[in-house]
Amino acid sequence: MPRAARSGDQNSAIEARGLVRTFGDNRAVDGVDLNVDAGAIYGFLGPNGAGKSTTVRMLCTLLKPTAGQATVAGYDVVDSPGEVRIRIGVALQEAALDERQTGREILDLQARLYGLSATDRATSIARAVDLADIGGAMEDRVKTYSGGMRRRLDLAASLIHGPEVLFLDEPTTGLDPVSRAQVWDEVRRLNGELGVTVFLTTQYLEEADALADRVAIIDGGRIVEEGSPTELKRAVGADVIVVDLPSAAIASAAAVAETVPEVDAVTQGRRGITIATADGAATVGTVAVALSSAGLHPQSLTVRTPSLDDVFLLATGYRMSTVDPTVSGGGATATGPDPQHAGRTPASPPRSSP
Amino acid sequence: MTVQSAGPVVAGGGMVRPVGILTDIATVARRSVRSLLREPEAMAPALIIPTFFFLVNIGALESFVERSPGIDYRAFQIPVAIIFAVTGISRASVLVIDIQTGYLDRMLVTPVRRTTLLLGMMVADIVLAISLSLVVIAMGFVAGVRFETGLLGILVFLGLAVAWSLSFTGFPYTVALRTGNPAAVNSSFLIFFPFAFLTPAYLPRELMTGWMQTVAAWNPVTYLLEGMRSLLSGGWDVVAIGKGAAAIGGLGLVTFVMAFRSLARRVATG
Repeated sequence: MPRAARSGDQNSAIEARGLVRTFGDNRAVDGVDLNVDAGAIYGFLGPNGAGKSTTVRMLCTLLKPTAGQATVAGYDVVDSPGEVRIRIGVALQEAALDERQTGREILDLQARLYGLSATDRATSIARAVDLADIGGAMEDRVKTYSGGMRRRLDLAASLIHGPEVLFLDEPTTGLDPVSRAQVWDEVRRLNGELGVTVFLTTQYLEEADALADRVAIIDGGRIVEEGSPTELKRAVGADVIVVDLPSAAIASAAAVAETVPEVDAVTQGRRGITIATADGAATVGTVAVALSSAGLHPQSLTVRTPSLDDVFLLATGYRMSTVDPTVSGGGATATGPDPQHAGRTPASPPRSSP
Repeated sequence: MTVQSAGPVVAGGGMVRPVGILTDIATVARRSVRSLLREPEAMAPALIIPTFFFLVNIGALESFVERSPGIDYRAFQIPVAIIFAVTGISRASVLVIDIQTGYLDRMLVTPVRRTTLLLGMMVADIVLAISLSLVVIAMGFVAGVRFETGLLGILVFLGLAVAWSLSFTGFPYTVALRTGNPAAVNSSFLIFFPFAFLTPAYLPRELMTGWMQTVAAWNPVTYLLEGMRSLLSGGWDVVAIGKGAAAIGGLGLVTFVMAFRSLARRVATG
């Protein structure tokens, strides 16, 4: 069979134009455009059901787009899926591994599936064993592994053939903070040392902020913001004041805060209010006095720079809510999902037969 | 078929290379056989059930049936025991776990040929069918059963048993691929009952009642049993063996078309 032509911009690892995927009446992905530079770490941020995984499945050749077009590593995902497959590594959600095999056997199988010769297999597996860094457990069955060990093995397996582009679908969901930090370090190292382009989906704002060179925020199947984390946050405003309050006091505190001239915007949440302002340090005192005069006593007042959650709020009208209980800080005031978005159907239902 | 070419240089210094279909089958089969060897306990029902029925049937019916001249009931029951042992075994339960855990997707993002994902599992099914058949044949020898067709007859007998087993695997694989549901895969075992019992499993066809004779005449297992029995006690009856082989081929054609169409649908990206 003739070799498929490599197309598209050579500096671009992933390009998508008008990517759409529907499941029945549900437009899970609704016109996504992407341009990911070779060598970048690209964060694809959105809440559950936003269309992240469906987009990844299309880019990984597991799902055909209903409309639109995409190239990965220079090849069209629909016309040349074979060319795409040998150039990408994929670690899908929930570290999919066969529990009855050992770590080494998983890596060996993976190398064989890519058709690596015996010599290359030996080298690649040795490298992957180093990468997974799970010591003697490599000879144990995967069912004995912790969540963090599984993720690291999964990551190592997805890199066995030296891919140009690595897709990580929520690589740290469900991991403890230590394991999460290890995965982050590994992603940075892979990108820095091997030059692998990383396309990373996440529902964690902190993760996108910490890792990604550029971030796309997806909601309801559409990209609502795109840019570097710094650019995006700068667009929100200079500072944010987070005021923790008892729930009974939130509405009146918001009304009071809106009367302060330096305040640009006030958002009510479940645990307090968030105030956008040009100068947090100067405004926080005025706000505190105004609240106190109104007989309102905040549990805390914090000044910080805007987070990606603030970007998300501005773009969508609701907060993404930091649902991850293992991560503290990160700057997002957890206000919970907007009721109109609650209970949304998953974007990528399991395939069923008609 | 997947377009493959000399791909990118891997960090190890080699190339991701196009490989033949046999290499892909061997890759998938390696994993399937390994997981099979790790669960020898899964073989237990496949051996207990035929042994139980063999002993019970012999105990209950041997002296009664052998009143008819020319029947060695132990030899008559060995093919039944083999059918009970090898019918419905498959790696479909593993396949359904692969679907549920996403491991199938992990394999689907590699350049492996899609058909080999099933063919490789079938290699493990063949290994299991041979092992189970050999145990049952050994049990027959212990019970005093001899093959009139000698060693070659034993090999043909084994071949029929394994081919039958393989042709039947299409059912559970179809259910696994269509539903992705372990409970449905377990239930697919039920189809075994009409195939196994609406046959001359207990008595020769001429001794069965009218309606049962008619039903049995339409059941491929009838011809399989008669072909296998001929190898034990009838000498080389090419017609009986041919009918048995044709029955396997017919069923296999149906179940394989079902299974591979289900695979195509499961891996379809549309």
